[in-house]
Amino acid sequence: MEHSTSPTAAQVLGKNLRRRWRVREKFIEGWILLAGFLAIVVLLGIVILLFKEGVPVFLHTPPWEFFFGTKWYPVSEPPTFGIAPFYVATFWVTLVSTAIAVPVGVACAAYLSEVAPPKIRETVKPIIELLAGVPSIVMGFIGLMLLSPLIQSMFNLPTGLTGLTAGIMLSLMSLPIIVSVSEDALRAVPNEYREASYALGATKWETIKHVCIPSALSGITAAIMLGVGRAIGETMTVLMVAGGALAVPVSPTEPMMPMTAAIASGIGNAVQGGLQYQALFAIGLTLFIMTFTVNVIADRVLERQKRKFAR
Amino acid sequence: MRRKIRVSRKLSQRIALGILILATILVIIPVLFIIIQIIVNGSGAISWEFLTQPPSDAGRAGGILPAIIGTLYLMLGTIIIALPIGVLAGIYLTEYARDNWLTRLINMAIMNLAGVPSIIYGLFGLGVFVLAMNFGMSLLAASLTLACQALAMTITTSREAILAVPRDYREASLAIGATKLQTVRHVVLPQARPGIITGAVLAMSRAAGETAPILVVGAAFLLPGLPQSPFDQFMALPYHLYTVAAHVPGVPEATMWGVALVLMVVVLSFNIVATVIRLRARRRRST
Repeated sequence: MEHSTSPTAAQVLGKNLRRRWRVREKFIEGWILLAGFLAIVVLLGIVILLFKEGVPVFLHTPPWEFFFGTKWYPVSEPPTFGIAPFYVATFWVTLVSTAIAVPVGVACAAYLSEVAPPKIRETVKPIIELLAGVPSIVMGFIGLMLLSPLIQSMFNLPTGLTGLTAGIMLSLMSLPIIVSVSEDALRAVPNEYREASYALGATKWETIKHVCIPSALSGITAAIMLGVGRAIGETMTVLMVAGGALAVPVSPTEPMMPMTAAIASGIGNAVQGGLQYQALFAIGLTLFIMTFTVNVIADRVLERQKRKFAR
Repeated sequence: MRRKIRVSRKLSQRIALGILILATILVIIPVLFIIIQIIVNGSGAISWEFLTQPPSDAGRAGGILPAIIGTLYLMLGTIIIALPIGVLAGIYLTEYARDNWLTRLINMAIMNLAGVPSIIYGLFGLGVFVLAMNFGMSLLAASLTLACQALAMTITTSREAILAVPRDYREASLAIGATKLQTVRHVVLPQARPGIITGAVLAMSRAAGETAPILVVGAAFLLPGLPQSPFDQFMALPYHLYTVAAHVPGVPEATMWGVALVLMVVVLSFNIVATVIRLRARRRRST
């Protein structure tokens, strides 16, 4: 009798343990599921918050005046909120940055992927990664201390803190991503393409120009978009060296205040829920939509590039 | 005639390749120049007092200890929050998620989070953690904000590291009767550890240099003491550099460069640690 009950007890115990273990597993797997969704939650949270805090400003300033108004006087009576000076400044700074970073970055990527011996490649790549690791505040500081006096004397300007200065510093910051994504795109071009080109008697340069770069064009486009997104969203560098003037800039050699800098410099004085606070969140919403669009396009283009050579 | 064409083709090849090399040099020189400038100009300010004293006279004199400690706390707080979530999300995406629209949506969200400007994370942190959750301008609110920003990175690196673990390992574990979760915990994660840690260290290095979010969420301009709890205000190196360089008049230039140097040392040493871990893991795998 006793012999037949004791194994049953052990079995019951084992079953309980197993069930407890199952419950624990389910519990942990619940957390795993939750963490998986968190990225969506945060992104949605950002969108909802920007809408909730930013859109009410349009009750005071109609969207037309907000986006095309040229006067930003948040503390005068009555306040006016026109953000044209900010996005025009963002445009100039991004233009300068892109105009420098794209040719240099793509050429550098072409050199690293097509020409450079492995040894040089292995030395240059960590240096570029190092550049990616320099914090934006340090870039701003360097721009302030070293580049702005240079710009001032070179162009004979009243101040060295201009959109041009900011754009040059930003080009340094978007170079790493442009180089690495373009290089990946160039390396993804199958070797048969190059060999076919050499077999037709083309030189190395002709191969790069007529075969490699056209084949990798969608990847390079994505790299450029990502670089543009970087330049639009950078804050500290432009806050420190772009000059911070509130007029609509007509040339990059003027001091100016891009959108990110406008948010950063205004938010400290804004009262929660006040008009200025709402207006700054509305700028944030505009900025978010811009970078979101650029990133989605870049992602689409990259997907297409990947599918092109994936077989 | 034909000979002439060949010569000019050769010449244009030479010129073109020369331009490519020039572009590469153009990328490298500013990097080295910046690093050397910071070391040369900053090392003069570094002294025992500079590293161990609180600032005085609005940052014009004294040291930067509270800013160094504040940045270290901030890095720690960020990674304590972002790493577990990143690893769990990485596990979800590699081991549990099916290839459907939901997974694509998650991946798209991660990709976009990585591209959201840092100032927007600042606005998010201000609206959610500082005001709605009422954490105030504290170490906790700033860590949560930076953790949201680091999330994209910790998820991506964890996912890549877990994906790199060969399938056979999982199958062998499942074949001897381990459950899926046991397999993940005892087989997959130990294999993926170097990759996950590399990502975490890089995320910390980035958190150390972030300025815009903590500017919005409210790092302190000057504090005599160190933060005693997560609800205290804090100083941070990048914000301190911003204030002494852009706001306080009459700060000696050497002090500014000194702050920049200390910040670069913190950021780059973590970068180097990440590189070393990655190289060692690669060597171990190849032998």
